[in-house]
Amino acid sequence: MSGHSRSRRGAPLLVYAALVFVFIYLPVIVLILYSFNRDGVGGFPPRHLTLAWYRQLFADAPLWDAVLNSLKVAAGSVALSLTLGLLAALALDRASFPGKALFRRLVLLPLILPGIITGLSLLMFLVFVGAQLSLFTVFLGHGTALISVATTELFAGLQKLDRAQEEASLDLGATPWQTFWRVTVPNLKLSLIAAGLLIFTLSMDEIAVTFFLTGRDNTLPLEIWGRLRRGITPEINAVSALILAVSVALIVIWHRVRTRGLGADAPELLERP
Amino acid sequence: MYSKAYKKLVALPPLLWVGLFLLVPYALMLAHSFWAVHDGMLVRQPDLHNYVTLFSKPVYAAVLVRTMRIAAAVTLCSLLLGYPLAYYLSFHAGAPKELLYQLVIVPLWVSYLVRGYAWKTILGSEGVLNGFFEYLHLTHEPVAFLLYSPFAVVVMLTHIYTPFVFLPVYAALEHIPRGLVEASEDLGAGAAQTFLRVILPLSIPGLLAGATFAFVLSLGDFLAPLLVGGASGTMIANVVQSLFGAAYDWPLGAAISVGLLIITVSLLFLSERLEKRWRY
Repeated sequence: MSGHSRSRRGAPLLVYAALVFVFIYLPVIVLILYSFNRDGVGGFPPRHLTLAWYRQLFADAPLWDAVLNSLKVAAGSVALSLTLGLLAALALDRASFPGKALFRRLVLLPLILPGIITGLSLLMFLVFVGAQLSLFTVFLGHGTALISVATTELFAGLQKLDRAQEEASLDLGATPWQTFWRVTVPNLKLSLIAAGLLIFTLSMDEIAVTFFLTGRDNTLPLEIWGRLRRGITPEINAVSALILAVSVALIVIWHRVRTRGLGADAPELLERP
Repeated sequence: MYSKAYKKLVALPPLLWVGLFLLVPYALMLAHSFWAVHDGMLVRQPDLHNYVTLFSKPVYAAVLVRTMRIAAAVTLCSLLLGYPLAYYLSFHAGAPKELLYQLVIVPLWVSYLVRGYAWKTILGSEGVLNGFFEYLHLTHEPVAFLLYSPFAVVVMLTHIYTPFVFLPVYAALEHIPRGLVEASEDLGAGAAQTFLRVILPLSIPGLLAGATFAFVLSLGDFLAPLLVGGASGTMIANVVQSLFGAAYDWPLGAAISVGLLIITVSLLFLSERLEKRWRY
């Protein structure tokens, strides 16, 4: 097997792989390009490049209200799902209790179930208990669904943890409470940051669950969704381009942090429930 | 080493929360599916009439079949794009492998809505693609079937789920001991034979996992049809969504959701069993 024959064999494959990359990235490139197009979101070629749509975007008060709403929901979801996800990961790692296997599957279920099912079942629950739909119910939905993400990420972190350190801490007279805050949590710091970033991004982008749980206040994706029905302008391209930039930045940081915390061969997040 | 109190303390809050906000709502969905709506009022008298309706009215079966066909098309297309890409990266990419890998998975976490919207602007009758065709004088009238069709739904969902398929396939390919591939080649097998008899069988668990993801997630999607599907691209989750909205028949909607849930969970279970059988 010579290197030469191998690379020749790889040539058509290389072209094919390049085409797949084009398919994956073309929509994103088109989107960004047309955010500078004076005459609308379609047509070819784009001409009369302008920053007008970005100016319009920055002056668009309802849109920024929606951004603020999304930030609130995302921050709350990070706090809620990290707390419960950490406890769940600790329980799965260390405790044994009846129904543990069922619990594991249940926690991870929102990861793989269609968003509409998670959203609607929570809607039925909220209506059943007589709750008003609002940003709070959106937060409840995001926070609950994203416990799945927090649990998988933090469980992976716990598996790599050296338990001898906790043992030493307990042997040297620290209380379990002190041990938790001074040994367990600091050791999990990178996993916690990575999980938090991921949950934040996912919550900012979430639409399927939000769709059914939102009250009068819109999150950013729902605000955009509403505008899509009223006719589209490159302003939506512009806001999409900004969302894209922010989520790519967060994901790149997430990946860096995660690789540092878990090592290159960390199990991927998308493990089945 | 952990005390009983510690174990209770960590297990109890998530157990209670998940029980209250996941298990109870799912149970409530099941309960709704046996209830009824009379004169705009929810009647909590359990019977099977919603399920009878689902099985007796052909429209529901028709939408379900269309949904399955769309999901199958998405799965097939995602495999056709994702598998060769994973194979190329794993066996032929050389040094830029790690960078290319990152480039595939970044879009995985990029806004669903943003990507769907991008396809809307590309495929529309006054969209980028039609503008491009006209610019090249390939067409004189817009090609209409591109947007608001099942085709558009398949394109958009394939775009979203190709990285989902790529990921487990790539992981499976990376785990194949390279010695096996070399042994096969040393023993005189050609490239095609090595692929078909060594690499492909060993990558089946990853392929199954990816295909299951793509199929199951497409099956319950209601946003892509709303965004780019039009009337002819309506899927089963859209029926649920309209029953919970304007049509106001939550019990019937809940019955369809329960059906969707059962299909999803059985497919996951089945693929897990199959994966275990193929694992080496």
